[in-house]
Amino acid sequence: MSVAPARRLRGKDLVGIDPLTAPEIQLILDTADEMAKIAERPIKKVPALRGKTVVNLFLEPSTRTRFSFEMAEKRLSADSLSFSSSGTSVEKGETLLDTARNLEAMQPDFIVMRHRYAGSPHWLAKLLKSSVINAGDGAHEHPTQALLDAMTIRRRLGRLEGLTVAIVGDLEHSRVVRSNVLLLQRMGATVRVAGPPSLVPAQMEAMGCEVHHRMEDAIAGADVVMMLRIQLERQGKMNFPTVREYYDFFALTPERLRLAKRGCLVMHPGPMNRGVEIDSRVADGPQSVILEQVTNGVAVRMAVLYLLAGGNGEPTAD
Amino acid sequence: MSRLLIKHARVIDPSQRLDEGLDVLVVDGRIARLAERIEERGAEVIDAAGLMATPGFIDVHTHLREPGFEYKETIASGAAAALAGGFTAVCCMPNTQPVNDSAAVTEFIRKRAEEAGAARVYPIGAISKGQAGEELSEMGEMVRAGAVAVSDDGRPVRHAYLMRRALEYSLLFGIPVVDHCEDPTLVAGGVMHEGAVSTRLGLRGIPAAAEEVVVARDVILAGLTGARLHLAHLSTRQSLEWVRRAKSQGLAVSCEVTPHHLALTDTAVLESSYDTNFKMNPPLRSAEHVAALLEGVLDGTVDCLATDHAPHHADEKALEFDLAPFGVVGLETAVPVTYDLFVRQHKLPLTRFVALWSTNPARLFSLPGGTLKVGSVADMTLLDSEARLPVNPDKFLSKSRNTPFAGRRLRGWPVATILGGKVVWRRERR
Repeated sequence: MSVAPARRLRGKDLVGIDPLTAPEIQLILDTADEMAKIAERPIKKVPALRGKTVVNLFLEPSTRTRFSFEMAEKRLSADSLSFSSSGTSVEKGETLLDTARNLEAMQPDFIVMRHRYAGSPHWLAKLLKSSVINAGDGAHEHPTQALLDAMTIRRRLGRLEGLTVAIVGDLEHSRVVRSNVLLLQRMGATVRVAGPPSLVPAQMEAMGCEVHHRMEDAIAGADVVMMLRIQLERQGKMNFPTVREYYDFFALTPERLRLAKRGCLVMHPGPMNRGVEIDSRVADGPQSVILEQVTNGVAVRMAVLYLLAGGNGEPTAD
Repeated sequence: MSRLLIKHARVIDPSQRLDEGLDVLVVDGRIARLAERIEERGAEVIDAAGLMATPGFIDVHTHLREPGFEYKETIASGAAAALAGGFTAVCCMPNTQPVNDSAAVTEFIRKRAEEAGAARVYPIGAISKGQAGEELSEMGEMVRAGAVAVSDDGRPVRHAYLMRRALEYSLLFGIPVVDHCEDPTLVAGGVMHEGAVSTRLGLRGIPAAAEEVVVARDVILAGLTGARLHLAHLSTRQSLEWVRRAKSQGLAVSCEVTPHHLALTDTAVLESSYDTNFKMNPPLRSAEHVAALLEGVLDGTVDCLATDHAPHHADEKALEFDLAPFGVVGLETAVPVTYDLFVRQHKLPLTRFVALWSTNPARLFSLPGGTLKVGSVADMTLLDSEARLPVNPDKFLSKSRNTPFAGRRLRGWPVATILGGKVVWRRERR
C-alpha cells in the first residue's frame, strides 16, 4: 500500500468511515492484523484495556455485531456490559438522550451503539464525553463492518488499491454499502454497485461509485463480489415483486460468479438469506471468505477500541 | 385625537409605487398625510432618519399552536414574536387541538388575539372536519367568525374530489383555499430532501415529486373550478413551473415561499451532522431547486414570502433526526434573512421586497393593510437596513427556539412595529 499509517486516531469517536483519513484507516487495519495474532495464542487475552469500561448499547436487534464487540472487549480485558432495547427504560418511553446521559453518569469509557436511526451516534458523540463507536446507524454507516471487510480483502489479496469491488443487492437500506463505498474508494479501490433500480438510493453515483442495474455488469472482471442481505423485514411488496424473481436477477450463483475475475473473493456481511441473494454453492464454495470476515471482525473491533483508548499501534508490547 | 408623526423616513409603499424620503402623519390610527416635511404640534414624534418605513409586514403562514399545544407557543407569545419580527399581522393555521374547523374555535382565536393586544391575528379555518380529509368543515360559519382562508395545512388534502369541492364551495365566499402540497405515499416516511445528501446520510428522502404531483393536481382543479388557490411553502423547480403555467392561463393561483427554503440547502443537514433544526416539511431542497426558487421570487412567479413559523419545544427536537417533528420557527428571523438575501445580495428593488411581505399578502388574503395610502390603517414596520446583528434565539419572544439560523449575522432588521398608529414594539438598543 502506498499510504503510510497515521500514528494515532484524531477523534475520540468512531462514528463512521466518512471522518477517517486514509492513513487512519491504514493504522486501524495494521493494528487489526496485530490483534488477529492474539486469537492464535493459547491464552487469547491481553491486558490492554484493563480497567476500561464499555457499554454495548444495542437498540436494534443484532447478534453477530454485538457478540463480536463483546468478544473484542473481553480479549482486551475491558469490563463490559450489554443492553438491548427490550427490558430497558427505552421501552418505557425514555429518550435516547436521557438513556445515554444516564449511562454516561456511570462513567463508561466507551459506548458502542447500534440504532435504527441514522445519525444518532453522531448526535450522541457531540454530547457525551465517552468515546462513541457506531455499530450501525440506520441505513447510514457501519464502519467496523467496512473495516473488517477491508481487512479480509487485504489479507487475501495483499492490497486494496487498484482492486475492483462489486457490491450487489439492496443498496437503499444498506449501511454496509455506504461504509464500504467510502472506505474502499478512500483506499484506492474502484467500487461498482448494483441492485434493482427500485432499491438504488437517489444519486448514488455522487458517492463516486459506478452504479449498475444489471448485476452482471457490476461483477464482470471484479476482484471481490460482496453480496448484501435483502432485508425482507424492511420491504413492502412495492420494491421488488418476489424473492423468487429477485433470485433470478440478483442472486450470486456459480454461473454468475464465473463472470468475475478468477479467484474472485465472495463476501457477505451476514446474516445470509441462502437461496435469495446468494446460492449455497457459492456461499460455501472455495471462493467464499464469509467466515473469515467474522473472524476478522473481532480483530478489527479490538483495534478500534485499543486505538480510541489512546493506543499507538503496538498492542502486544504490554 | 392621537397623533403620531414619523419624520425623515425613507417611505417605501409598493401600493403607491413610493420610495422616497417623507414624513408620515398618523391620526387616530389611520394614515393622514404623507409629505416631504410635516410639522404637527402635539404629535408624538419618531425620528426615523436612516430608517425605512413600510406598510406593516404580514405573514400569511404561521402556526400559533393554541389551542392545544400551548407548551410550544401561545397566541400571545406568537403574536408578540410577530411584532418583534416586524410583522403587524399573521394568518394562523388551523392544525391546533381541537382543529380550527368551527366558528367556535375561530372566535376563540380572535378573542385570545385581542386580549394579547399584539400583532393582528387572522385565523385560517380547516378545509375538512378535524383535518381528516373526509368532510368539508363549515366554511361559511368560520368566514363569518373571521376566518380569512381555509387550509388543511400540516396535512395534505389527499382526496382530489374533496379538494375540488372545497375549491368550488370557496367561490361562495371569495376566499383562497390554501394547500400544503404533498403526496404522503411518495413521502413514504422520508425526513429530508431526496438526493445525493440523503443518500450519503442514509436518511429516507422526500422526492421533489411528492410536492409537484399535488401542485399539478391543484392547478388543474383551479382551472376546473375557477376558484382562488394559494399554494403554501413551495420548494421545488417544477412546482414553480406549474404556477407559471397557471398564471399564463389566467387562473387565480398564487404561491408563497419561505425564507428557510430560499436561504438554505439540504447540505445543511450534512454540515450540521443531523441537527433537527434543519428538519422541516417540505424539506430543505438541493441547490438546483433553491436557485429556481430565487429566480421565481426575482421574476415575480412567487407572490409572497411566508414564514411557516412552526414552534416546537426543545425536548421534542432533542431526538433522533427521524423522530424529531418537522418545523422551524421563523417570525423573528424572516425579515433579516430575506432582506439580506434579496435586497443586499440580489439587488431586488425595495418596493418589490415590501410587496412580497406586505402588499401582496394583504391583497391575496383580502386583509386590511399592505398600504400607506391616506385613510388606510396605520400598521407599519420600521426597518434599519444597516443594522447587522447575530440571530440570538435566547432573545426570541416566541416560546420556542427551533431556528436553523442561530448565530447567523444578518443585515437589515426591523427596529419598530406600529399597529393602528401606536408604537407597539421597539428593538432594544445594545
